[in-house]
Amino acid sequence: MIQLSANHLLYLVEAARWTVLLSLIAFVGGGLVGLPLAIMRVSSIGMLRAVASSYIQLVQGTPLLIILFLSYFGLGILGYKLIPLIAAGISLTLYAAAFLGEIWRGCIQAVPRTQWEASDCLGLSRAQQYAYVILPQAVRLATPPTVGFMVQIVKNTSLASVIGFVELARAGQIVNNSTFEPFVIFSAVAAIYFVLCYPLSIAARTLERRAHAGR
Amino acid sequence: MSYKFDFAFLADKWPAFVAGAWLTIQLTILAIVLGFVVGTLCAIARVYGQPLLRRLVGAYVEVIRNTPLLIQIFIVYFGLSSLGLKLSAEVSAVIALTVNMGAYTTEIMRAGLQSVQRTQLEAADCLGLTRLQTILHVVLLPAMERVYPALASQGVLLMLASSITSQISTEELTATANLVQSDTYRSFEVYMIVAVVYLALSVLYRVGFWVIGQILFERRRRLGTSL
Repeated sequence: MIQLSANHLLYLVEAARWTVLLSLIAFVGGGLVGLPLAIMRVSSIGMLRAVASSYIQLVQGTPLLIILFLSYFGLGILGYKLIPLIAAGISLTLYAAAFLGEIWRGCIQAVPRTQWEASDCLGLSRAQQYAYVILPQAVRLATPPTVGFMVQIVKNTSLASVIGFVELARAGQIVNNSTFEPFVIFSAVAAIYFVLCYPLSIAARTLERRAHAGR
Repeated sequence: MSYKFDFAFLADKWPAFVAGAWLTIQLTILAIVLGFVVGTLCAIARVYGQPLLRRLVGAYVEVIRNTPLLIQIFIVYFGLSSLGLKLSAEVSAVIALTVNMGAYTTEIMRAGLQSVQRTQLEAADCLGLTRLQTILHVVLLPAMERVYPALASQGVLLMLASSITSQISTEELTATANLVQSDTYRSFEVYMIVAVVYLALSVLYRVGFWVIGQILFERRRRLGTSL
């Protein structure tokens, strides 16, 4: 049995960089897929609305862990090598897109109808309406819940450990396997996650308060 | 790509899936109920308690909400057993899920309690109700009614998150899937089936919460008001 040392802690902190990277991939990917989803959800075309909402229902009704397994083994079926980072990136993107799409739909719908009507009267096209009138206002509403959701993303990257991707949670398991001090190690891992997540929680709350003060 | 889907293993493996789903249901209903009790008590402490108590509950909520459930489960199962408290995987799972659900419920119920108007408390005071009576008979139900949709979605999220307990070999639905796929090498098919079962469970839970809401908030049902 190896004695727990400062090096182990350093190893955990280094592994946390992968947690951050994976969170960023999930957030950017989720945003890129989530925005079209949100716009589809409020589209006037019934077909688009149905597609987007069934996607969201499907993903929100399935555990992320199962989505991870499906993309990990699904990629294998398609003949690609089983690279954990890619499988984890894809599943977290799919997951984040469903939730961000739903959050942002709410924000787009919260922009008053009159804004749509006014921009219609000015002869703006649908794309122009979104780009110049609706989205800039929706972004202000969307910022607090989006930052709040980033906490969920950071926490959920821990599930990538189960398909063998060495991020913070997996690193904790590895250190635990050699030192067998689970209480100390997993508390340290939890503390690192807390350091990553708590500032985001605070930021979300502050933004929320500020948004309400403006009204 | 020349992959042939093969669901033949279902013929003799389906009882395992049923057993796994049943354990998932048991674990999560227990955790939701216990978590609701913990969360409600904590929310009452958070809103009406002494400053120190408030601070403690606040710390509990923040610590749980800002760390992954996976790590919480590891701390309860591996961590506590290394300190000499040996718990079975199922008990550890229920404890971790309860603690997790409790923290989210605290935050949700706090919002509900704070939404009850001051005048209600003043009226209860004028009627000579004690603090406890006021909370029990005046505040609690309307508070819960207001945040019930959030409570219900948290319950569904907890049911989905219970899949994570498979990592400490609780033999619930996801662990069953892991077992069957290592038996049959039909990983994609197995997880597809389990995904469908989880979808069905989440619909079932939503319906269940709706029914409970109808029973609990009979005034709303009677008047047809939305809030």
